[in-house]
Amino acid sequence: MNETKKASREPLFHVVKHAERSAKQMILFRLAAVLFSILAGGVFILLIGYNPIAVYGTILEGAFRSKMAFQATLKFTIPLCICALGVTLAFKMKFWNIGGEGQLIMGAVFATFFALKFPHWNHWVLIACMMVAGIIGGGLWGLIAALFKIRWGTNETLLTLMLNYIALHLVSYLQAGPWRDPAANGFSKIARFDKNAALDKVLGIHFGWIIMLVLVAVIWVYLRRSKQGYEISVVGESQDTARYAGINVKKVILRTMFLSGAIAGLAGVCQAAGSDMTLSMGVAGGVGFTAIIVAWLCHLNPGMILVVSFLFGILQKGSSVVQSTYGLSADSAAVLQGVILFFILGSEFFVRYAFVGRRKAKKEGAN
Amino acid sequence: MDMFIKFLVAAIGAGTPLLFGTVGEILNEKVGHLNLGVEGMMAIGACAGFMGGYFSDSFLVALLAAFFAGMLAALIYAVLTVTFMADQNVAGLTMTIFGVGISNFIGVLMITRSETGTLKLPENVTAQMRGVHIPLLSDLSVVGELLFQYTPFVYLGIAVAAVCGFYLYKTKTGLNVQAIGENPGAADAASIPVTRWKYFNILLGGGICGIGGAYCGMIINGGVWISNSVNGLGWIAVALVIFAAWKPHMAILGSFVFGALRVLKFYKVGFMAGWPDAFFDVLPFLITALVLIVTSMRGSKGVHIPASLGVNYFREER
Repeated sequence: MNETKKASREPLFHVVKHAERSAKQMILFRLAAVLFSILAGGVFILLIGYNPIAVYGTILEGAFRSKMAFQATLKFTIPLCICALGVTLAFKMKFWNIGGEGQLIMGAVFATFFALKFPHWNHWVLIACMMVAGIIGGGLWGLIAALFKIRWGTNETLLTLMLNYIALHLVSYLQAGPWRDPAANGFSKIARFDKNAALDKVLGIHFGWIIMLVLVAVIWVYLRRSKQGYEISVVGESQDTARYAGINVKKVILRTMFLSGAIAGLAGVCQAAGSDMTLSMGVAGGVGFTAIIVAWLCHLNPGMILVVSFLFGILQKGSSVVQSTYGLSADSAAVLQGVILFFILGSEFFVRYAFVGRRKAKKEGAN
Repeated sequence: MDMFIKFLVAAIGAGTPLLFGTVGEILNEKVGHLNLGVEGMMAIGACAGFMGGYFSDSFLVALLAAFFAGMLAALIYAVLTVTFMADQNVAGLTMTIFGVGISNFIGVLMITRSETGTLKLPENVTAQMRGVHIPLLSDLSVVGELLFQYTPFVYLGIAVAAVCGFYLYKTKTGLNVQAIGENPGAADAASIPVTRWKYFNILLGGGICGIGGAYCGMIINGGVWISNSVNGLGWIAVALVIFAAWKPHMAILGSFVFGALRVLKFYKVGFMAGWPDAFFDVLPFLITALVLIVTSMRGSKGVHIPASLGVNYFREER
């Protein structure tokens, strides 16, 4: 008796889909989320005994205080933005490519092959070869998960995740074995690239930033204005619809995953030949994972991806300055990113849904 | 022979953090939540466990701190994905980035505030977390070494896996919980409280991951705090769930096999001498990838992946 009474009682509140909100409202929700997360981060900084305004100030100042600081900020931004653009293509197709990290690494590995073996080639031929190699390396690595997906329906989230680590350990094999620098006695690491294999500097920063800007525009046009981009959207919405409309779904999945991996591979080339000047286990350093979050956060909008990647770059560079100023670990960047994302993830809910209280729901029911 | 016993013992030790992570993730996935935050929850557990032991001078407090910290982290994930229906992949990855970040951050903060510049667990705690000693049994020559000389984490891990297996497969509640992972709409229609059990499983799973993290933070570096002690084990645990076919008792076997793979490079047998270390490091991931592919090739037969894995449940869209 008691139980049936319990079961029939209405819950205190329930969740309903909210009508589409206006663009202005959506921006307001996100800004509120960012504001809350900065507040939460501030409380945390206060709790460990520092002045939040001073620390936040240091982050901002640290990212812009000098030409070199600004260049470092951009160096963080470039691989993140390019990689996020890459996973965007896959996500648009609702293909959960968690493998940006591995694809970035494979791009760097393929490019490194040319940088180490043919340093004496004509500079532009060498750079072009490295770029193409990076595109192919990343693309093929992305293609693996797509092949198994279309043939046997293998879970792509988990497979791309495994491929990340397989790529990472390939680097560890290369640096301990075939590509080991004999000059670094005892250490297993890969030699620094010859200057000839370095990406040229434009306005003080390697030209990866030009690739990044071009890609932002190209991906925008590709997704919004091209036939292939349209096919990606349709396959993402419903594979059955796509098939009915005469789209070759398998072909679209393979092509898109190749492109997705290829772009991440380019990010790897930029990181190895632009910033690091060598290949190491830290070449990706979590960028592939952060890129997924950036892409999602921006609703797969290339312009927003550029902006948010830059903001994350500020956070990354700024927190390294916080480290040297306050002795706080640079991991604070990851903590702040996490907090911001938690709040934005939470705010998404209020964009799409709403809580309806018990009484109000009844009233609406009566209407 | 002596070498072989040492290898087995090392394998079981190396597999223990994986066992906790795997069982925790199985509890998550059984209610349909692919939680990619295991690495982060373990990192948080590592920090909480270490600091708990450091400040309280008690191993039990360390374990409890790790468990509750893991639960707290899982609560964030649960609120976001169950109540707020946020994307599971993104929420999980965020948890990993946040968890690893905050764990390292607090560790470094505590190191700078310590007098010696290092963090070392008090002797009392290290004594308790060292291998157990049962009179007579532990002294047996081979059997004692193989069965009765491990750290308490090992026995706790096996017990947790056994209890979770019993809970999921032998109790009515557990079967109901599995129904949620298969088809939350149908489970809801059968008046199984979907949200409640999702929260229960995710939180319990998070707590178990936290204890696995405590193993990493306290044991792997011999009682000294070093950043990044979890170092990818959480991801192997996510992989192990597939290898274990979503069964806690298989997770026991699986994690010790993977533990063996992790320590194999220190115990190379003759013909392996020339094989690079990286090959051994990659084995767990390679084998998981192959298991993933082979199970998908076999089609729906014999696949135990919960049908609603990764999909959030919105009641009004049933």
